[in-house]
Amino acid sequence: MPRAALFITCFNDTLFPGVGRSTVALLERLGVDVDFPEAQTCCGQMHSNSGYQLEAVPLARRFVRVFAAAEAIVCPSASCAGMVREAYPRLASFAGDDELAREAAEIIPRVYELTEYLVDVLGVDDVGASFPHRVTYHPTCHSLRALHVGDRPLRLLRAVRGIDLVELPEARECCGFGGTFAVKNADTSIAMLSDKLRHVLDTRAEVCTAADASCLMHIGGALRRGRSGTRTAHLAEILAAQE
Amino acid sequence: MRPDRGSPPDHAARPPRQHAGGKDGFPAAAAAALQDSQLRHNLGKATTTIRAKRAQAVAEVPDWEQLRAAGAAIKAATMASLPEQLERLEASVTRAGGIVHWARDGAEAAAVVAEVARRHGTNEVIKVKSLATDEIDLNDRLDADGIHAIETDLAELINQLAGDWSSHILVPAIHRNRAEIRRLFERTIAAGRTLSDAPEALTEAARLHLREKFLSVPVAVSGANFAMADTGTVAVFESEGNGRMCTTLPRALVTVMGIEKVIPEWRDMEVFAQLLPRSSTAERLNPYTSFWTGVKSSHPPDGPQEFHLVLLDNGRTRVLADEVGRQALHCIRCSACLNVCPVYSRVGGQAYGSIYPGPIGAILTPQLRGLDQAPTLPWASSLCGACFEACPVRIDIPTVLVHLRGRVVREVGSERSEKAAMEGVARVFASQRRYEAAQKLARLGRGPLNKLGTVAPGVSSWTKMRDLPEVPTQTFREWWRSRPPSTAATGPEPPGGETLS
Repeated sequence: MPRAALFITCFNDTLFPGVGRSTVALLERLGVDVDFPEAQTCCGQMHSNSGYQLEAVPLARRFVRVFAAAEAIVCPSASCAGMVREAYPRLASFAGDDELAREAAEIIPRVYELTEYLVDVLGVDDVGASFPHRVTYHPTCHSLRALHVGDRPLRLLRAVRGIDLVELPEARECCGFGGTFAVKNADTSIAMLSDKLRHVLDTRAEVCTAADASCLMHIGGALRRGRSGTRTAHLAEILAAQE
Repeated sequence: MRPDRGSPPDHAARPPRQHAGGKDGFPAAAAAALQDSQLRHNLGKATTTIRAKRAQAVAEVPDWEQLRAAGAAIKAATMASLPEQLERLEASVTRAGGIVHWARDGAEAAAVVAEVARRHGTNEVIKVKSLATDEIDLNDRLDADGIHAIETDLAELINQLAGDWSSHILVPAIHRNRAEIRRLFERTIAAGRTLSDAPEALTEAARLHLREKFLSVPVAVSGANFAMADTGTVAVFESEGNGRMCTTLPRALVTVMGIEKVIPEWRDMEVFAQLLPRSSTAERLNPYTSFWTGVKSSHPPDGPQEFHLVLLDNGRTRVLADEVGRQALHCIRCSACLNVCPVYSRVGGQAYGSIYPGPIGAILTPQLRGLDQAPTLPWASSLCGACFEACPVRIDIPTVLVHLRGRVVREVGSERSEKAAMEGVARVFASQRRYEAAQKLARLGRGPLNKLGTVAPGVSSWTKMRDLPEVPTQTFREWWRSRPPSTAATGPEPPGGETLS
């Protein structure tokens, strides 16, 4: 039986626990023995990307120790998985911390974004989900350009029973979230969001999905504000659904 | 306005450049630009077109990724031996009859140009489009010395006539459309004539104006795309032929070149001559590529009889000292990163307050001028990574942006409220107990996780357009603990009801 440690992310843990519950339901349905190391807190992405590398280093040290023993570390967030895989080696070199560099190098090959784990490790495209709704998929920047997940999310979505999957125009363009970018450059972020919303609404989808709850909070917050009738759902929520 | 084409046109005085310094810097300039519907339309159209063309031009090259890697490797090796490469270049240029000058800053570089112009008895110089000379405000410096610099690149001419700043590395008037340019020309170089919006009519007006200058002005100023240390050959890549005119017709040529433009060997051009045109203009072959090596000793004389190469530092050695940031010096000025950038393509180039806009500008300007002079620029990006993906020499712009954000926070400082919130949250995340307590407080709308919303300018800018999610009544970890121990063994339970919106 494959074993996986869930790296939930502080963001999902606190604000979007449904993403975590769906991830657990999905993995267990596929026969994975899921563990949740409760000592995990935050990977340090917000600090690192906002210029507070000094504050991020202890969080990285904590993370590599909490997950050191895990067979596989599965994360329903492309940007947090990307943080560990891409930025931890750089943080270690910034801090001149050889031990962190070694520990990070050791766990990085075992860190998977959820769709990578499903397709590459479990070897499934069809996860047995059923979701009879019109859905459009927004490939988040970190899933596309940091993790290079490619078409894995789309392969998984195409196999969902009853789904009406519609292509999102200009899908590869950033939605404008970017963490603190959304508040520090609020006007530019809103301009990018406006275009993303237009494309989402053009698809006439009921649901916009993605691999990151943070981008979806940004897109969904505006869809809700505009009473658009389109909602957001994390990939894990669709893949776990059996409607 | 003067109808005659012979004398320099009255070009409008430029307004002060947008200021990249100060805490309002980029966000405020961007906010203003975003409301300009004409700008948004012009830019959106232009960047979308060039983006699609570039993608196609790049896809045709089977070994594009190897070329990128080679370009990155040559540049990294050059930076690691820059003093040696520059001395080799100086020796080769001197051997070929050129004169090499070393300029610490814009004032020293401008003094060389002014001296050459004076010696040739002219108060006019013609210019090839050059970023290095724009970086040091060469035209304004020469003006102060009574020398008029005439831009011969079409877009540079448009900006000069309009009294406007460049908004793009390669297409400096990208923020203008043809109708705006026609009205400008009818007011200036084609006064008294009626033009059409057709590209042929607009370029014809510019050609009539410029041709006489090419034939009569004795001194030209250029930049350099590359300079080869082994042969002393300088290269300029351009599309209009104005550069070819400037580098061949006048008696004297002064090239002002950033010191990072040196490449070790002539054969390295093989890599860059493939990378640059496809990345910049989506062309398979660059229209006008000029190479020259010192001066020609042929009889009768052919080409400039006097060649000066000004090696400009202007902050570059400071950039070189930063091991992470120095890759900004690898840039070959193709502007692919601008065209693919979701921020640039909406706010345009002028908001960056520098001749180097877009993602490359966001990492180059603060390093060249000093972080305190442009502290907001490293945040002018959502870190989407489109720039890194497009860069022909693989400059990891997102990584450098994050690195520079850290340097700004540590060396220049950040808002006190932001720093306090970040430090507070870091302490919370350092302990499972404090983290779980903070989650409970957040549910009540209190505590350090909620304070994150006060990160300047804070939650009000979020709710301008978006609803905030409600903090759920149960965290994921609370749910995990509440699961009956048998759940995992007996099978799945249905996912929770709430979705993200």
